[in-house]
Amino acid sequence: MTRWAWLLPALPAVAATVGLLAGRASTRRRPALVPAALSVAGMTAALGVALALLEVVESDPARVRESTASWTPIGGLALHVGTRVDGLAVVVAVMVCVVALLVQVYSIAYMAGDPRYSTYAAEISLFTAAMLVVVVASDLFELLIGWEVMGLCSYLLIGHYWHTDGARAAAVKAFITTRIGDTGFLFGIFALGLGAGTFDISGVLHAVPSGWYSASGVPPHFLSQPTLTAGALLLLAGVVGKSAQFPLHVWLPDAMAGPTPVSALIHAATMVAAGIYLVARLYPVFLAAPVALTLLGAIACLTMLGAALAALAEDDLKRVLAWSTVSQLAYMAAGLAVHGWTASIWHLLTHAAFKALLFLAAGSVLRAVGTNLMSEMGGLWRRMPVTFATALVGAGALAGIPPFAGVFSKDGILAAAQERGGALGSTVYVVGLVTVFVTAAYVTRLVVRTFLGSYRGRVAAGSVHESPWVMTTPLVLLAVAAVGLGAPLLPSAYGISRWLDAPAGTVGVHVGVGGVVISSVIALVAVAAVAAVHARRPDTDPLLVIGRVAVPLRRAFWVDELYAAAVVRPARTLAASVLRTDTRRVDGTVVSTGRAALLTGGGLRWLQNGNIQAYLSALVAGVLVVAISVSVAVTR
Amino acid sequence: MSAVLLPLLLGLPALGAAVLALPRLAPRAALAVAATTSGATLVVAAVVAARFDYGAGGRMQGVVDARWLPAIDVRFHLGVDGISLPLVLLTALLTVLCVLWTAGAPPTAGRVRQLLALVLLLQVGVLGTFLALDLVLFFLFFEVVLIPMYFLIAVWGGPARGPAAMKFILFTLLGSALMFVAFVVLYAATGTFDMVALAHAHGRGIGASTQLLAFVLLLIGFGIKSPLWPLHTWLPDAHTEAPTVGSVLLAGVLLKMGTYGLVRIALADAPDGARRAAPALAVLAVVGIVYAALACLAIARAGAGDLKRLIAFSSVGHMGFVLLGIATLTPVGVQGALIGNIAHGVITGLLFFLVGGVKERFHTSDMDEIGGGLLAKTPALGGLTLFAAIASLGLPGLAGFWGEMLAMLGAWSPAPSQSRPLFLVLMALAGLGTVLTAAYFLTMLRRVDFGVVTHPWRNVHVGDVVVADLVAWVPLVVLAVGIGLWPELVLGVSESAVRGLLG
Repeated sequence: MTRWAWLLPALPAVAATVGLLAGRASTRRRPALVPAALSVAGMTAALGVALALLEVVESDPARVRESTASWTPIGGLALHVGTRVDGLAVVVAVMVCVVALLVQVYSIAYMAGDPRYSTYAAEISLFTAAMLVVVVASDLFELLIGWEVMGLCSYLLIGHYWHTDGARAAAVKAFITTRIGDTGFLFGIFALGLGAGTFDISGVLHAVPSGWYSASGVPPHFLSQPTLTAGALLLLAGVVGKSAQFPLHVWLPDAMAGPTPVSALIHAATMVAAGIYLVARLYPVFLAAPVALTLLGAIACLTMLGAALAALAEDDLKRVLAWSTVSQLAYMAAGLAVHGWTASIWHLLTHAAFKALLFLAAGSVLRAVGTNLMSEMGGLWRRMPVTFATALVGAGALAGIPPFAGVFSKDGILAAAQERGGALGSTVYVVGLVTVFVTAAYVTRLVVRTFLGSYRGRVAAGSVHESPWVMTTPLVLLAVAAVGLGAPLLPSAYGISRWLDAPAGTVGVHVGVGGVVISSVIALVAVAAVAAVHARRPDTDPLLVIGRVAVPLRRAFWVDELYAAAVVRPARTLAASVLRTDTRRVDGTVVSTGRAALLTGGGLRWLQNGNIQAYLSALVAGVLVVAISVSVAVTR
Repeated sequence: MSAVLLPLLLGLPALGAAVLALPRLAPRAALAVAATTSGATLVVAAVVAARFDYGAGGRMQGVVDARWLPAIDVRFHLGVDGISLPLVLLTALLTVLCVLWTAGAPPTAGRVRQLLALVLLLQVGVLGTFLALDLVLFFLFFEVVLIPMYFLIAVWGGPARGPAAMKFILFTLLGSALMFVAFVVLYAATGTFDMVALAHAHGRGIGASTQLLAFVLLLIGFGIKSPLWPLHTWLPDAHTEAPTVGSVLLAGVLLKMGTYGLVRIALADAPDGARRAAPALAVLAVVGIVYAALACLAIARAGAGDLKRLIAFSSVGHMGFVLLGIATLTPVGVQGALIGNIAHGVITGLLFFLVGGVKERFHTSDMDEIGGGLLAKTPALGGLTLFAAIASLGLPGLAGFWGEMLAMLGAWSPAPSQSRPLFLVLMALAGLGTVLTAAYFLTMLRRVDFGVVTHPWRNVHVGDVVVADLVAWVPLVVLAVGIGLWPELVLGVSESAVRGLLG
């Protein structure tokens, strides 16, 4: 069965290719029918493959099943292309396929009437194919192709509404910011691949000297400590860019200019999680490079709290969720930093469910009220009951309130931090708990501003109504997942470890009653505090109670402004001066030098004596005859 | 491989050019002649590729070696190996595509017959350069190329064509002169013009300072063609003024003659000189990458930015990666240079075709005058432009990635004779160049491709792509994807030849 794992990316890729080539060639009465059927079929087929693989790996999660073929020589080394299937890959693949399928279905209604729907659906299929390449790739360059094609699709989909300036700017910003990280990522691949003498992921892991993966035989190359550290740090640059961690987090909030289903799939559940997945996939490398893990932990702590604070002050519903995604990804990164591998992956899965749910619910709201701004919402629970109920499940999971999934997976990370101890472990634990408070606060603010109080919108209240079943069904299914991925997976007999084989040196999931109680109480205090403020003044922003403290939060600590002043504007000035210099100085100098040298060179050429000169003159003359005859013909 | 094939590769386009020189030929007949001969040339090139022994890609195949000028042992010596075969195929393909595209979009300046004759003559020169195994023969073919290109720019070019054509001819003649001096230096040291013998000797019997002299002369000579910063200044002018087919061939194959010569002659025949000059070459190459990217960024942002000038300048950056790959003196880097050559020919060729398509429809290549919303006005043309720009910025999975990646991989661990810290710094700067490259291409797309259709075009009908466009462009799209996903198509062919070349 695992020989067929290549079908996982291939099926959506076929759907994408056919969709892009077929373009708008579809029936006039139902223009969306063909692209919708194509993309849903592609995703359903891929999901079937993923589920079949899930059954296979369950029998023996520790086994890595590979099937590769020769790809290309690159000056001495040979690259292989293929699939590398283990529990981690399959679990994530199932998640990707489920969310992508639900998003494709939801989009049929959400994007109804969009003139570019067929391109949109094909691009989502292509994105999913690229993400699945990342998930199952057996070679680092193969993985990089998926990684970058994801980035391309993200760029195209953020820019889907390219008639608006915001979407165009956000698309470019997302691509460039992640590309900065990806340059480091490429160099990290160089370091590890050349160090190990192979770019196969298995080969690289075999070459990690601690030997956790090197049970079979002695590897031909071992990675030296400096190489490991350099490789891991360079890879982190790509991880930080893709997973929107500080200092490359700035693109994700702007990326909300794209259609909301895209935000749910790409900018919440899958692509941004790919950075986390990559660290998990190559975890032995990072375990052997503690400097890199410590740096990852520090970045995660900073990002976790900072993004949650920014979410607290945002008025744009989607941007609140975007900041929240940045913050939640930081939880996962922190979990990996403190060796909580399994808990991080678990949180990746629960987050995919509840954050996709929240985004799709937000999309349902946006479509109804025609605005992103929470200040123009309010009181929607009565008019959109299904959206409200499912959003409440998502909100509970995000805020960390039992019995919803988020609290358990998040607590797994906090427990791992406690177990790890030391400066890093304690910092992650404390910052994690503080962030629990802030998270619950911004989630509560989001719920009360959107669904409670009285309606403040511009669209007539009577015309605001619940979305069609094509959109609400995915909401309900994701709400089920946002519960089901939590407590039911807790007992070790039926836990997440059923499919996952954690690398040696990591800690398992130890969710205790005490930990859950502590973080739940913190979350509930925050909920109660915001609710109390709301109860007193139901129609003003609860944030107003903190007054001017909110200013740096609202501006997201001026990071964008800093980059504009320190990077973007200097680069533009430099560019302009290069162009000026080129026309005035470089060209002038070269031309005058050239003229002088041509005289010398030309002189030399004719100074050759003897036969060479005679014959060459004849030949050059011959060439000139052709030239002259042509020129005569031309000018006639 | 039959010895008839390679002379046939040169003879067919030469015959075509000769027929087209007949004055009474009507444009339609001229197109038929050009299409037939260039098509036949492509078929012969395909036969060469089919008969090629890929197991022995390092050996010259289809060799023709006839006495020619016995007094100085100049021979009519042709052959093809894994290094030249992809370039031969690219040249044959691009020429056919140019002819076919001309059929769909005849030049506004008229004189189709003469234009096609020059294109075929150009093809003879380029193919001859890639096939020649004798330095004098190489030189002659190299020179043959200049004349048709000069006329292509000077007759069918834009408003400032005169100075641009003059600058082109002056720069390249200077390059040729220096190159010829280097050939004479090599001849004086070894007593042969035979490129196979010279490559086989790997510089044995040539003194260190002579090698350095020869290498530096060749570096400047070929560097002008490639182009190597700061010898690039003829290129933006030439491209901006050249007609579409001129730009396609200039970027697609002419620039490659420089990098090919650098690999085939300078690197192989004066390896010791290469070792000593490599740091300078690497530095200039990387300066070119960053410099060109910054210049492109300024063009893409500036008020009056010309699309052709933008793409021309982007070539300086792309060829910078090719030159960086060569400067690493490693099989990885040289492989990167070779696949970078091919990828640049395919992708930038496509970009120039697309700008030609834009210019034909909007009668300008100025980004301000085009306005925005190409995707809205002409979705297929806009979509193809989007694809070509993404390919050109080196997206992994498309052809452009491999050349850039392998050049930087070569710089990560350069030849033992080179300073690793220097090359690591250069690699990082080249990486910065890839970010800037993405920045200017996306700025260009944001300005031209996306957005809303602006005033003068809102009520004007502009046709989208037609069949002749697709015939010329689709093969390049297919190649960009094909080589991107399956780089062995190029790398597998040249692997053994490159290792033989580096000794």
